Amino acid sequence: MLDGLLLGLETAFTFQNMFFAALGCFIGTIIGMLPGLGPMSVVAIMIPVSLQIGDPSTTLILLAGVYYGAIFGGSTSSILINAPGEAAVVATSFDGYPMARNGQAGKALTIAAISSFSGGTIGVVLLMFFAPALASFAILFWSAEYFALMLVGLSAISAFAGKGKVLKAIMMTILGLMLATVGESSLFQAPRFTLGIMDLQSGINFVTLAMGLFAVPEAFFLAIDKIRGEKSGSKKSQEINNLRINRKEAKSIAPVIGRQSIQGFLIGVMPGTGATIASFLGYAVERNLASPKERKEFGKGSIKGLSAPETANNAASTGSFVPLLTLGIPGSGTTAVLLGAFIALNLQPGPQLMQDRPEVFWSVILSMYFGNIILLVLNLPLVPYIAKLLTIPRSYLIPFVLFFAMAGAYIGQNNSTELLILIGFGVIAIIFRFADYPLPPLLIGFVLGQMFEDNFGRAMRNANGIQFIWERPMTLILIFSAAIFILVPLIRDWLNIKKK
Amino acid sequence: MQKLTKRFALILAAVIISLGSLSAVEIKKIHFLIPGGAGGGWDGTARGTGEALTKAGLIGSATYENMSGGGGGKAIGYLIENSKSNHGTLMVNSTPIVIRSLTKVFPQNFRDLTLIAGTIGDYAALVVPAASSYRNFKDLVSAYKKNPESVAIAGGSAPGSMDHLVPAMAFKAAGADPTAVKYLPFDAGGKAMAALLSGEADALSTGFSEAVAMEKAGKVRMIAVTSPERVDAAPNVPTLIEQGYNVTFVNWRGFFASPDLPSNMRKAYIKVLGEMYSTPEWEKVRARNGWVNIYNPGDKFMGFLAQQEKVIGDLMRELGFL
Repeated sequence: MLDGLLLGLETAFTFQNMFFAALGCFIGTIIGMLPGLGPMSVVAIMIPVSLQIGDPSTTLILLAGVYYGAIFGGSTSSILINAPGEAAVVATSFDGYPMARNGQAGKALTIAAISSFSGGTIGVVLLMFFAPALASFAILFWSAEYFALMLVGLSAISAFAGKGKVLKAIMMTILGLMLATVGESSLFQAPRFTLGIMDLQSGINFVTLAMGLFAVPEAFFLAIDKIRGEKSGSKKSQEINNLRINRKEAKSIAPVIGRQSIQGFLIGVMPGTGATIASFLGYAVERNLASPKERKEFGKGSIKGLSAPETANNAASTGSFVPLLTLGIPGSGTTAVLLGAFIALNLQPGPQLMQDRPEVFWSVILSMYFGNIILLVLNLPLVPYIAKLLTIPRSYLIPFVLFFAMAGAYIGQNNSTELLILIGFGVIAIIFRFADYPLPPLLIGFVLGQMFEDNFGRAMRNANGIQFIWERPMTLILIFSAAIFILVPLIRDWLNIKKK
Repeated sequence: MQKLTKRFALILAAVIISLGSLSAVEIKKIHFLIPGGAGGGWDGTARGTGEALTKAGLIGSATYENMSGGGGGKAIGYLIENSKSNHGTLMVNSTPIVIRSLTKVFPQNFRDLTLIAGTIGDYAALVVPAASSYRNFKDLVSAYKKNPESVAIAGGSAPGSMDHLVPAMAFKAAGADPTAVKYLPFDAGGKAMAALLSGEADALSTGFSEAVAMEKAGKVRMIAVTSPERVDAAPNVPTLIEQGYNVTFVNWRGFFASPDLPSNMRKAYIKVLGEMYSTPEWEKVRARNGWVNIYNPGDKFMGFLAQQEKVIGDLMRELGFL
């Protein structure tokens, strides 16, 4: 391993490779900021270009940089204008956007950047030392366990089930689960609930739904607030550029970053999950671990609630390299596209890659350290300028938000019907907001819904019935912990009320 | 007066150009219609073909349009409805157009379009873990005949689609009941492969080129390929035919044009695609993507699709999907 490491060091830190790592990160983070193009599309677009370089290490270093750069940049639109451009950054908007609303946009972006950096870097350390050992962990779970894991993920909704909102949060989650059933699932070939509309046959597009639920109502309420003559605190806007995190805040997010780097990485290692699940689970777990006082902050601008998903999704995207590099299995859409690049370069990802081409294997991993530093250096100085976007007058901000939402819905699919669907969801979301229904649970239900159903269906088919729940001890343990996650906060609250 | 002459000259020019298009035509540019989003298999096929054609100088330029919706149905409908204005358009498609027309997910089928050519393809393969006790397809058949429930087969697509139909076809050829296949559907080949390695599934049904890559990683073994003869990329893998089961299957990709495309233009498209195979530019694109050249031009393409429709249709009826 030491020889390989040295060889990798030599390869990774040539001028050419450092340049392309930085270039990849730059492209990834800039395109990643735009909603609509997730890491997978960005990497897919970059492959033909990057193959022109010729050197396999350099090509892969560039593509890997694009990948984690896109994840890094993805949080910006979630935080600033409540427009999560891909599923992995939905949880980021839960607390990132309220922070920006409170005039702490600069701080929120800084925390996101530092959490992303830490998650990515700790992820690389784990990848470097434990990748071969984790190969068996990657294939530990069956559909039954993934099903149970989705249950744990759904417990994240409890963050939005505040006073008097428990029933509303549950209703929104169920609505999200129902929306996830639209279109063809991987269990049936027949389309369901499409109302005969062809554009719904492949299901509801995630970006369209997220933009419709979050960004469109945001633009609407920005406009309404102006008519009402409300000022969202001119004093607060002075704080917008403030990037400083004080010692107390640093102390409170440090353990979150530590835990979520490891948890997120491990979830990323498993092929049936990925950055999205990692971010939701990270959010749910950190909320349950927080003190009662801090827990109340979740969903309203908690720095812990922002740090957890941002750390977890970056760690998970690094973790998704484990099954690719050690087993040759692409666990996510993006790594599947990357596998295509490996094959085009005549490289076989898998256990022999480390032996046959150590310089490629190690230089790609080592370049990620450098890439993460580059991303931090690239992003931190930009924070004040990006945050300043929020100080521009609303009459300019509203079309900007709407443009982002519409571009996001349109780009990925190139389908103008998506715009009508976007407006439809926007109108519904505005009504829900007036009636004070929390919208994040809807999106959590939607994102987890399909995997929930698929894994349930497969587990049922494999076991010929529902006994899969108790057939494997691992499944039981996970379902048990999901129950604890959901019940303990409820019981705790109930006891508190009784005490009073 | 001068104005009039000018107009007359213009009209004359237009008439000459349109008359010219009735005789032999040369394809200068192609607009590729891709029925799915960026980054998918259809997208890669269209863009790769366009890249090879332009770089080799066979056509001047290529443009691309992604039109997703309806799992590909929207683009088919668009091409039929706007037939007249789309003579310069080629739509990429693949085996699902046959399957989805049979299940009526698509209201149209391939006969409603002008068939240009099947250009590339991939065979199907059956894969087991490297340490599996199934050494060949025969072992799998005997275990299946004893108890179909003991053989869980994973695949990267929904029940009733290719990955499910291939093992069903093979078991049927072995004289076993094809309806009893315990098929576990995953939404991606990689996840199905993980299920094979985790022990959740006993065998995996997947595309041959994907299986070649997996086998090279050393964790799995191919026990059968659906090609008529052994394939150079994996010469040690026996075909189903040589193991005594008369089954072949090709997952093709190819190009379609609008329904009322003039026959001289059809010939020109076929010609330009046929010329592409011998160019180094195409070889580069093909190798990069791991595609297999399976060229089925024009009427041969129609015969091939009709045959595939019949085989798949019969099987799906037997399995209860139709």
